[in-house]
Amino acid sequence: MKPDDPDINWIEEPKLGLAGRMYLPLLLKGLTTTTRHLFSKKVTVSYPDVEPTIQNPLNYRGVHRLNRDEQGRVKCVACFLCATACPAHCIDIIAAESPWPDREKYPQSFTIDELRCIFCGMCEEACPVDAIELTSLYNLTGRSREEMVFDKEKLLSVYDATKDAEPMKSASLGGTK
Amino acid sequence: MPITAVQTRNLAHDEDQEYIWTLNFGPQHPATHTTLRLVLKLEGERVIDAMPDIGYLHSGFEKIGEHLDYNQYVTVTDRMNYLSPIANNVAWHLAVEKLLGIDVPPRCKYIRTIICELARISDHLLCTGAMGLDIGAFTFFLYAFNRREQIYNIFEELSGARFTNSYTRVGGVAHDASPRFVENVRQFVREFPRTLDDMERLFNRNRIFIDRTKGVGLLSKEEAINYSATGPVARASGVTRDLRKDEPYLAYPDFDFKVCCATGGDCYARFYVRIAEMRESLKIINQAIENLPQGPVNVYVGERTALPNKQQVYQTIEGLITHFELTMTNRGFDVPCEESYHAIEAPNGELGFYIVGDGSDVAYRARCRPPSFIHFALFPKLIKGHTLSDVVAVLGSLNIIAAELDR
Repeated sequence: MKPDDPDINWIEEPKLGLAGRMYLPLLLKGLTTTTRHLFSKKVTVSYPDVEPTIQNPLNYRGVHRLNRDEQGRVKCVACFLCATACPAHCIDIIAAESPWPDREKYPQSFTIDELRCIFCGMCEEACPVDAIELTSLYNLTGRSREEMVFDKEKLLSVYDATKDAEPMKSASLGGTK
Repeated sequence: MPITAVQTRNLAHDEDQEYIWTLNFGPQHPATHTTLRLVLKLEGERVIDAMPDIGYLHSGFEKIGEHLDYNQYVTVTDRMNYLSPIANNVAWHLAVEKLLGIDVPPRCKYIRTIICELARISDHLLCTGAMGLDIGAFTFFLYAFNRREQIYNIFEELSGARFTNSYTRVGGVAHDASPRFVENVRQFVREFPRTLDDMERLFNRNRIFIDRTKGVGLLSKEEAINYSATGPVARASGVTRDLRKDEPYLAYPDFDFKVCCATGGDCYARFYVRIAEMRESLKIINQAIENLPQGPVNVYVGERTALPNKQQVYQTIEGLITHFELTMTNRGFDVPCEESYHAIEAPNGELGFYIVGDGSDVAYRARCRPPSFIHFALFPKLIKGHTLSDVVAVLGSLNIIAAELDR
């Protein structure tokens, strides 16, 4: 851009008047501003007692869950798309022949290392059958590394705990029930 | 360490000059914000030489770019400039889209513009707030963080994460913006000027603040150009360059806004250029949110870059096949064996990504041009001759982000 371009706003330095050059009037002005804030609405959330509100629980990227179908079986078909899409390589699946007639494979073991996970949501995006989803549980803690590696049962139990608050997305999109 | 040679030579030379003092500033110092180290030579209170020592936060981000595919790498760009992660997402994917020759739909352009400008406000708020904090004006830092909280909420509603957004994708964005996002942004546009007014009341004519920042860290226009400074640092020195106007990208040509420049070139000028930019950003956001076009956010599925939506995946075989092909590593999308460089006007300056495609879905080279790296090289020049207490003022005004500096 040329210096005389009309789109340039040449900002003038704020000028200091007499009041500005003396410290006291500005001190009072500053104090007035802070005092006004003293009486405005409190913005602090005292966290462990008050839970913060999640803006959109369906969108939020928290702890994973493995969804169940109508018969209570795991929905995953062990296609490995989530493990492929994962930038952190935290998903480990061992596939086996499915005991059920309606699909060929199922995950014999499905583990997510929640310590490696960066919660980017790409596994959910990659899943073609809506089997893996991210919930709005955000306060994930554990006492050991082993405890933080979630296996299939643990991930299914997250589903049982959250299915009422956060229904599966596939239902409204014509996916499998 | 590569710096040792230089250091010992200088020390040997200074051995008989007992009045010269060497002070290590950082790597763990509250005013360096992140891990960066400065070796300062002091003569009394005055800094006669400064040597930045970088590399404490080196995490091999560019090397990771040679192993993660074009969509996965967006999670790494989040962690570069963590004051405005979503602007980095946009910068990365604009470079990728330039390589692939994709033009994203208007709605996507508008959403990306809005989030870029929100990121700019968020970055400037923290930068100016922390600069005030470092030189003794604590109060505004809290007001700034309160507003940043609101921006975090907007991003959380939009992308699902407050901080590491990873929102953009090749040829679009991860989710469409909801009506609630529009409502939140409108509310922000309404409420934010109050914080800016507070800021101006507390800082702009504050004699103490001005005494600490005015005339400190002077950077002339020629030097700013020679050192290839960009962004608010260059504009505060009178360089009239803003990529939003000079090389328009996204939806910026549609909006009416001004580029804020000043001639002071000192810490104070960099400070008020940032404040003025926040007002301009607010104007852009307001125009964009009121004219947000309807329509798709991702490019047409036939272009084979954006994933088909879930409904197509669940219900049609074509959608399912495309979905599989795009996600699997050996199919992916067609990448030419070419190079591309695209830069955006990130809050800190020109943030560019240089990508070499080799036909696979992983970049052969993913180089980042971080503004902090260039600006940190300016630091010894700016601080020479000033007192030790001015170090934090200059550091704060340059807004050095070590994660982006070291990558």
